[in-house]
Amino acid sequence: MENRTDKNSYTIIFAIAMVIVVGALLAFTASSLSPKISENQRIEKQQNILYAMGVNDNDESSAIFVSTKDAPELFTKYISKQLVIKNGEVSEDDQAYLIDLKKDKAASGGDATKRNLPLFVGEKDGVTHYIIPIYGKGLWDAIWGYVSLDENMVIQGAYFDHKGETPGLGANIKQRYFMDDFIGEHILDDNGNFKGVTVAKGNADPTNENKTDNEVDAIAGATITGDGVTAMIKSDLKLYKPYFDNLKNN
Amino acid sequence: MGLLSKKDTKLITDPLADNNPITIQVLGICSALAITAELKASIVMSISVMFVLGLGNVVISLMRNIIPSKIRIIVQLTVVAALVIIVDQVLKAFAYELSKTLSVFVGLIITNCIIMGRFEAFALANGPWKSFLDGIGNSLGYGVILIIVGFFRELLGSGTLLGFPVLGDPIAKTGLYAIGYENNGFMLLSPMALIVVGIIIWVQRTRNKALVEDH
Repeated sequence: MENRTDKNSYTIIFAIAMVIVVGALLAFTASSLSPKISENQRIEKQQNILYAMGVNDNDESSAIFVSTKDAPELFTKYISKQLVIKNGEVSEDDQAYLIDLKKDKAASGGDATKRNLPLFVGEKDGVTHYIIPIYGKGLWDAIWGYVSLDENMVIQGAYFDHKGETPGLGANIKQRYFMDDFIGEHILDDNGNFKGVTVAKGNADPTNENKTDNEVDAIAGATITGDGVTAMIKSDLKLYKPYFDNLKNN
Repeated sequence: MGLLSKKDTKLITDPLADNNPITIQVLGICSALAITAELKASIVMSISVMFVLGLGNVVISLMRNIIPSKIRIIVQLTVVAALVIIVDQVLKAFAYELSKTLSVFVGLIITNCIIMGRFEAFALANGPWKSFLDGIGNSLGYGVILIIVGFFRELLGSGTLLGFPVLGDPIAKTGLYAIGYENNGFMLLSPMALIVVGIIIWVQRTRNKALVEDH
């Protein structure tokens, strides 16, 4: 006897019904939760920016953000100016931290003059932080981060995050021991030319004492993620070099 | 155990040793290699798989009489993908921090062969309660291996366990490192996970000859 579930017509109807039910379920979940999710993401951006300028609840070894409750208030307190740089022209925009770097990069079509480059200026304990968001790709998916520089383009703090790097290997770019290595590193070489910071294997400086070598120690087993960090620092921070040149001259 | 009959108990205990999904059925190897560089990731992955496999087995078992056999694999895939995505979205909305830790595993769970393997081999032929127990049992069996592999890889590769330095500081040369011990960076790479799994299989089959296949 043929089972009724073996019939072609049944199979097709089942497939259609299944697609409708699952599709509706997913659409409903996504749209009902999306305001809450985007609010979470907005606050996370504020926490990331604050983290890069050293406003965080770090304990001895792990990276801890300020609480989601305090983040908006601290963000207004510490971030004094939010700027957008477009083709060399600087304007203020208090929504600059919401600029989606991925979309902006894609919309510019590789033309740096069309980019809207966000820059956040913060004050903490009398020190000025110029915080720059960066975006790139790791081994599996997107990686991004926030780097805080001083007027001479020396790193004062860094935060990295990723979408789907391998846990235990590439995912460790968001660990303290990796991010803290960047503090004090120079972006420029001795002659003031742009050089970036390379995540280097075997740089013979595992404790990262040499801050002017433009290198930090790589994570074992995470070569491609590390190269991604190097690449996004080089490509994205470079766009801000004219701004810092101006800053010095004035 | 009063709650579970003898047969039900076997559903949970069998996959732990003599019918282990990784070492005997050789399912779920891909994720066992990918994420066991750290003990913590192994534990998180085990718990996530337990949740998805337990729930997924129940859903598939409830649907077992209406799923057309010609497209059953796709139906299974849709069910597990939908489940995982809904859970991920809910976590993103209400437990954002947790979701950030887990989101990396989402893709790995959907493609985990253990999930499809158990749907296909068990849930399609058994009732929901039995399927639930089978799901829990198999994910425990999976978790045990993941945790053993994660333990050795993190200990020998990084000299830490759950992030705590247990062998001393490799840079300041304290503890074991003072007498010339070095971390084996090779342990952090996937090939060593395969070798550790191989050693587990070897030990298990040496202890229980009945598991050795005849050729």
